[in-house]
Amino acid sequence: MLSLGTLLLFFTNISLGSVTIPFKEVFHSLTGGEVSKQAWEYIIVNYRLPKAITAILAGMGLSISGLLMQTLFRNPLAGPYVLGLSSGSSLGVAFVILGSSFLPPILNSVLLSSYGIVLASTLGSFFVLLMVLIVSQRLKDTMAILIVGLMFGSFTSAIVGVLTYFSSAEQLQKFTFWSLGNLGNLSWTSIVVLTIAVSLGLTMGIFSIKPLNALLLGENYAKSLGINYKKSRFVIIFATSILAGSITAFAGPIAFVGLAVPHMAKLLFQTSNHFILYWSTLLIGASIMLLCDVISQMPGTSVTLPINAITSIIGAPVVIWLLIRKRNYS
Amino acid sequence: MAQPKNIVSTSGLSIGYKTKKTAVAIAENLTFQFGESKLITLIGANGIGKSTLLRTLTGLQKPLSGDVFLNGKNIQEYSASDLAQNLSMVLTEKLPPSNLSVFELVALGRQPYTNWIGKLAPLDIEKIIRAIQLTEIEHLAEKKHHEISDGQLQKVLIARALAQDTPLIILDEPTTHLDLLHKVSLFKLLKKLTEETGKCILFSTHDIDLAIQLSDEMVVMTQGKVVQGQPCNLIEQGVFNSLFQDENIVFDSQKGKFLFK
Repeated sequence: MLSLGTLLLFFTNISLGSVTIPFKEVFHSLTGGEVSKQAWEYIIVNYRLPKAITAILAGMGLSISGLLMQTLFRNPLAGPYVLGLSSGSSLGVAFVILGSSFLPPILNSVLLSSYGIVLASTLGSFFVLLMVLIVSQRLKDTMAILIVGLMFGSFTSAIVGVLTYFSSAEQLQKFTFWSLGNLGNLSWTSIVVLTIAVSLGLTMGIFSIKPLNALLLGENYAKSLGINYKKSRFVIIFATSILAGSITAFAGPIAFVGLAVPHMAKLLFQTSNHFILYWSTLLIGASIMLLCDVISQMPGTSVTLPINAITSIIGAPVVIWLLIRKRNYS
Repeated sequence: MAQPKNIVSTSGLSIGYKTKKTAVAIAENLTFQFGESKLITLIGANGIGKSTLLRTLTGLQKPLSGDVFLNGKNIQEYSASDLAQNLSMVLTEKLPPSNLSVFELVALGRQPYTNWIGKLAPLDIEKIIRAIQLTEIEHLAEKKHHEISDGQLQKVLIARALAQDTPLIILDEPTTHLDLLHKVSLFKLLKKLTEETGKCILFSTHDIDLAIQLSDEMVVMTQGKVVQGQPCNLIEQGVFNSLFQDENIVFDSQKGKFLFK
């Protein structure tokens, strides 16, 4: 039923926007049939379809990394960003956008292109990822990794703050736009890269289902069940880093989805079995992201709201509502 | 009659901690033999090193010298998954919050046997149901693990260890936090399990009176001396008098219990 809902939302997402394209035409276009208006075909192939695919990838990837983090850290407040990855990418982008005035003009134009920003953001999150992985191999205590992630987060946002202080209004605006997230503007090449990265992370997630279930009993029981704890922890952190890092690089720091969607799955299915949670989180993540994108496009108007604001506006009440309805949640 | 098989045996075992420069020995030259179908209790005052001994016997900690053999093989040579098929544990630590049902919790005991994604085969289901029947928790199977009482949860954790289907089960102070009624029923349950399944069950406890009455053998840790034996022999040897270094507590070997002055 969930997958049907996702499919329906996928078509709705493509159909709605500043120009409404009838469902039938969307279906025809996607299945290779005739479309009555050339412009619609163009909009679908070059704008709506890439955006919908990005929404699905981002929704699935962020939600799964949230699920992985919540179980690994035994903390319901954990999300993909507890490892400080988005702060890392913000730092990279901040250096490029806000620090560009310190660079020679030729470098400037290269760096400020959309590829420059993606590159900076990828490098930023990759840097934090490396640090987290190095630290996590050295630390015995898993909770300490959580704190290290938060420290990385505060550290990088402080540097971003300093950079902000010294930059012009124009630069600030550009940075703010990036930090609000954007699912559109991805070329087909970028989508291929993002798909590979997200698939890799999701596959590693599937291989973590069994150790994640064992971790529900705590670290020591998991070890007594023959789980190689250090290796599993490494795989889980690596998967999260790839997912959150690549998505933040291409779509900006999208808030809340990673934290909220796993809770929606847990509340809806009343289970902790990751075999069920994994697939439900995947589908709910994709659906929520598509839904948020539809709303942010404000169908019928030419206004587009930032996706980052919508995810929180939609997500927060849903989680609260679910919590109140199912009071026995723990 | 065939000689009962030894599940665990140690030779010249010294346990303790290694710091960077020196090794601090807690107990030295320990020789144990734990046979199948035996209920063995480990007793000793707080801080005497019961946990260190259990950690060494379970392979979590390396012995300072000597070896622990589990089913004839040195415990340090087991791979993690092989060890999980030979040794299961019930720990004192609290379970993290989750929505696991009792059945799912017991089913996790099958992890060493399931495939990469953890799919339960018919044999696994059979073992889980058997473990649930043996511990008499059928009525709890569908409940969430946080909805049941401490005594019930302890039984569920024992069922999980049974489902792991290992010749040796080690429990760390399973009777703490339970009232007398539940303590006795837990002791009796463990006793019944050794008789019906042939497993060797070793557990640490502070309920010495119960341990003396219900266990097949006891390991008593005192300052400078660790002995293994049947409860009545240990009473004759006067081992219990040296258990607590305090003149206000005396062991009455006639009654088989401690008296306080």
